Amino acid sequence: MLSISNFHVSVADTPILKGLTLDVPAGEVHAIMGPNGAGKSTLGYAVSGRPGYEATEGTVTWRGEDLLGLDPAERAAKGVFLSFQYPIEIPGVPALTFVRTALNAQKRARGEAEVSAPEFLKQVKAASKALKMDFDMLKRPLNVGFSGGEKKRMEILQMALLEPSLLILDETDSGLDIDALRIVADGVNALRGPERSMLVITHYQRLLDYIKPDKVHVLAAGKIVASGGPELAHQLEAEGYDKYLPVAA
Amino acid sequence: MNLATRIDLNDVSSFPSRRVEQWKYTDVRRYLREVPAAAERIDVEVDGGPFRALCTNEYQTFGNGRTHEGDNLLKGFGRKGLTVRPDAPLLDAIRFVSDSAFGGWQASLGYTVGPNDHVVLLESYEGRAGAYIANAAINFVVLEGGRLDRIVLADDTAEAISISRADVTLSEGSEFNQTILTTGAKLQRFETNVTHPGHGATVRADGLYALTGDRHADLTSIVTHAGPDGQTSQLIKGVVRDTARGVFQGKIVVERGADGTDARMGHHALILSDRGEVDAKPELIIYADDVQCAHGNTVGNLDESALFYMQQRGLSAEEARALLTRAFLFEVVDRIEHEGAREEVRTWLMESS
Repeated sequence: MLSISNFHVSVADTPILKGLTLDVPAGEVHAIMGPNGAGKSTLGYAVSGRPGYEATEGTVTWRGEDLLGLDPAERAAKGVFLSFQYPIEIPGVPALTFVRTALNAQKRARGEAEVSAPEFLKQVKAASKALKMDFDMLKRPLNVGFSGGEKKRMEILQMALLEPSLLILDETDSGLDIDALRIVADGVNALRGPERSMLVITHYQRLLDYIKPDKVHVLAAGKIVASGGPELAHQLEAEGYDKYLPVAA
Repeated sequence: MNLATRIDLNDVSSFPSRRVEQWKYTDVRRYLREVPAAAERIDVEVDGGPFRALCTNEYQTFGNGRTHEGDNLLKGFGRKGLTVRPDAPLLDAIRFVSDSAFGGWQASLGYTVGPNDHVVLLESYEGRAGAYIANAAINFVVLEGGRLDRIVLADDTAEAISISRADVTLSEGSEFNQTILTTGAKLQRFETNVTHPGHGATVRADGLYALTGDRHADLTSIVTHAGPDGQTSQLIKGVVRDTARGVFQGKIVVERGADGTDARMGHHALILSDRGEVDAKPELIIYADDVQCAHGNTVGNLDESALFYMQQRGLSAEEARALLTRAFLFEVVDRIEHEGAREEVRTWLMESS
């Protein structure tokens, strides 16, 4: 279970998250919705350990272990994966090389045997086929010159290969047309399982038609201000976030 | 101007100080105040060096400036030399091996590429030990339609003073491609002066420095376009750590009448420490009207968001830095056309950066 309690996060001394509390039990998918500027992306960065996102109060534990004392790579080895809203371009590092390096770094950190090159290639071929990705693209530098949709598929491909246990999807639907959205959502749904928890951060309800959440939370002004079932997302889509803003203010 | 700055180790007055504009970042006189003793004779295996697996043709090895015939070139600067005229695409190697506590050597040679010949020249500076003073000068001539790919690997010691100068004279329709890769020395400079006739001749003058400790590397080049329709491209990249200092001085001169010149210069450096230093002086001097010239120069640090992204996927901060740094430098290596040489250089860089 992911357990976040009274979480305060500041960026450049400006408080962004102000006492956020949230539990995501194993096997569940929770959606975080909220207006722009509510702190949605900050939540993803702070849980994954981005430098500059300073936790000033509260706790974050994953499977009972404290995450806040760990560096980003250690959190990754514990199973934390953040799918970026804007995946970063890494010039000069072929995508295949990058993913294999990352996978083996995680395996080393966990004391597991590294994956061999032929075995890795087999896994990549299967995973890229499922995501309808051109295998040759993976020989190119990671995300360089990729379209928005290709970058998001690349994130899902990494997810499939790294097999994280805590998945945080930050605005995964942005920049995707409807076909790409379906492929990406299928990729995410294939990873659902009793041991995995997912936090799906999104501004729009649309993504949740494809990735059905167990619970929906509204994040406004740095706090969870409402929680409910999937119907809450539809209500937000119909009514907007206005009614949550005075509460938060 | 060029003759005035030619260094002769037997003549203290030829040692430039920072008061000479072209040498202001590489002050030889500060480190060298008198004529050094001639470096002793050393034994050098004839077919060693970083390119031993590749070389198929001529192999010229200098041990402390001496050829295997035993000449002491400190006393005979400018008179001894080697001229190679290969008649088919070949891989040549020139090795300068240095090993001396404080002795100096200098060597000079001429190297000519015949009409329509193609040579890949693999040049290495191999510092074994000591605070030696090395001074190498090569005169390259590439005749009409000829092509010279010069690849230089420099592994001097941290105590050495090492100066290397190349004067390159091209002919119409010829091609000169250069990649210099260096880890620096106490004071080190690679200078390349190219006389570019235009008329379809092309020049690529690339370089890379990867410096640690208090090492210094200076990549200086002057490409002078004397005739129309010549092309020059230059990509220099560098990484400095600790208190190291990287210097790039790139000058492209387009003389009157050299219309249709296309010249592009880029220098990009990473400073990965608080006390590292990079001095860059890109210059385009243009006297012709119809030319395309561009230069770009950046000095910065590794991209923080890329570092976080890589760490989020499980790479340690150290691994992420190393991978990004290498990727940054490999852009220069990737421009080497000869596959075998490119792979040797890549391996060398993996071990050196």
